[in-house]
Amino acid sequence: MLSASNDRAPASGNADTFTDISHFEHVPRRYYGRYLASAVILAIVVYIVVAFARGQIEWAVVARFLTAKSILTGLVNTIVMTILAMALGIVLGVIVAIMRLSTNPVLRGVAHGYVWLFRGTPVILQLLLWFNLALVFPVMGIPGLFEFRTVDIMTPFLAALLGLGINQGAYTSEVVRAGLLSVDTGQYEAAKSIGMPKLQALRRVILPQAMRVIIPPIGNELIGMAKLTSLASVIQYAEMLHNAENIYYANARVIELLMVAGVWYLVIVTVLSLLQSRVELRFARGAGRASAKQ
Amino acid sequence: MNPLVKAVDLRKSYGEFQALHGIHLEVEKGEVLCIIGPSGSGKSTFLRCINQLETITGGALWVNDELVGYRRVENKLYPLSEKQMARQRLATGMVFQRFNLFPHMTALENVIEGPVQVLKKKKAEAAEEARALLTRVGLGHKCDAFPVELSGGQQQRVAIARALAMHPQLMLFDEPTSALDPELVGEVLSVMRDLAKSGMTMIVVTHELGFAREVANRVVFMDQGKIVETGTPEQVLSRPQQQRTQDFISAVLS
Repeated sequence: MLSASNDRAPASGNADTFTDISHFEHVPRRYYGRYLASAVILAIVVYIVVAFARGQIEWAVVARFLTAKSILTGLVNTIVMTILAMALGIVLGVIVAIMRLSTNPVLRGVAHGYVWLFRGTPVILQLLLWFNLALVFPVMGIPGLFEFRTVDIMTPFLAALLGLGINQGAYTSEVVRAGLLSVDTGQYEAAKSIGMPKLQALRRVILPQAMRVIIPPIGNELIGMAKLTSLASVIQYAEMLHNAENIYYANARVIELLMVAGVWYLVIVTVLSLLQSRVELRFARGAGRASAKQ
Repeated sequence: MNPLVKAVDLRKSYGEFQALHGIHLEVEKGEVLCIIGPSGSGKSTFLRCINQLETITGGALWVNDELVGYRRVENKLYPLSEKQMARQRLATGMVFQRFNLFPHMTALENVIEGPVQVLKKKKAEAAEEARALLTRVGLGHKCDAFPVELSGGQQQRVAIARALAMHPQLMLFDEPTSALDPELVGEVLSVMRDLAKSGMTMIVVTHELGFAREVANRVVFMDQGKIVETGTPEQVLSRPQQQRTQDFISAVLS
């Protein structure tokens, strides 16, 4: 027992055994490992850059095709398809998520079936099916009222939009559902207690709070969609990769044109990431003392 | 005049479990009724039945001469639509134990949300009234604060203002001070005391026996889904007749 008490710091009664060190300088911790790791990483990056610069890539060709008309048209088509397919996906996702949380078993069942079907098959297969819908239904419409030949309607654009958007809706619905479930049930009750019907409560009270949970994964999916549009090249939609391929079929500059497409994809994704942080800030309202007041 | 709230053999069960075993109760206009009782006694469930956060499974309930949640056709009761239930809820305001303010809105926005979105009032008009209400609960200077920036007591007072903004006939309080730090209980009770003085009909589920003694016209003691004893605060709190009431009150006071 005695030895144990001797191990401790001097007892408070022994004040004069302390030396006053309160004025000593506090030296920050040094992180030598970080300096070392940075040096190694920098060396590797320089090595890779030099290797590509000296490799068999004609960078002048890359620069020339970066602003080629066909590439820029493809870029616009990629952006348009990303926005439209994602918009369709979000609209479907919100509706289906609300349906899945409904007390109505019919709505729940339909929503469940939708997610099961479109999440259960590869998106490239869905694209091909939409594009070849004319093989199943040569003519569509309501007999007597209006009819049209499916081949006339089902352009690569529409097939890509339906394929990508409907598939996206199945994934987005799960993201939205998670967001809705993250909001405290007391919020539903408070909204009800001031006389709000269910849908109004969802729109005014629940969804704005769910957004904080929904936006990061939706941003992730939007970025995924920007790149997923490249799959639409299989059904002849003139997005960027499709056009890049067409050029290298003609001039055999395969790597150069893939580099061109790669640069543009990086630009799109960078812009989208910046946009996401802005939107996140917008919905952080009331989430903390530091939150932006509007 | 008919009572504002009338419950006749009100029953509520969750599957096998019966939370309320036939409640008979009338509350007159302007009356302040305090419901006390141990947790699980069904007092919160009863309150939540009154504004249809729970659907009743038997018996009948009237608020303001309207049958709550059902439409009567001859000898049968048919449930009301979602929209009609929402309209009926307008007669009652509710204050929750955990405040449940909308965190993405400022205090003022919380208070005007109902009047603007549900009652379709003009925003400027609703804001003016909301400012007056927030001033009345002592928070005129906190209109632009978000709930996260307010103390528990302040949040609960905003919640009271939010309920009052709908001009309810009846205010329901579900343990309004139970989630508060002890030093913040007084400010909320004081707002409720003023509200009672102004003639508002109130049903308060509470563990604050001092508040019940001072403000209530009538106290109800509930246990195991039944009303055990009812009477003036003096009768129920000081000279309880039933053993269970005596046990509860001595347990709370000790």
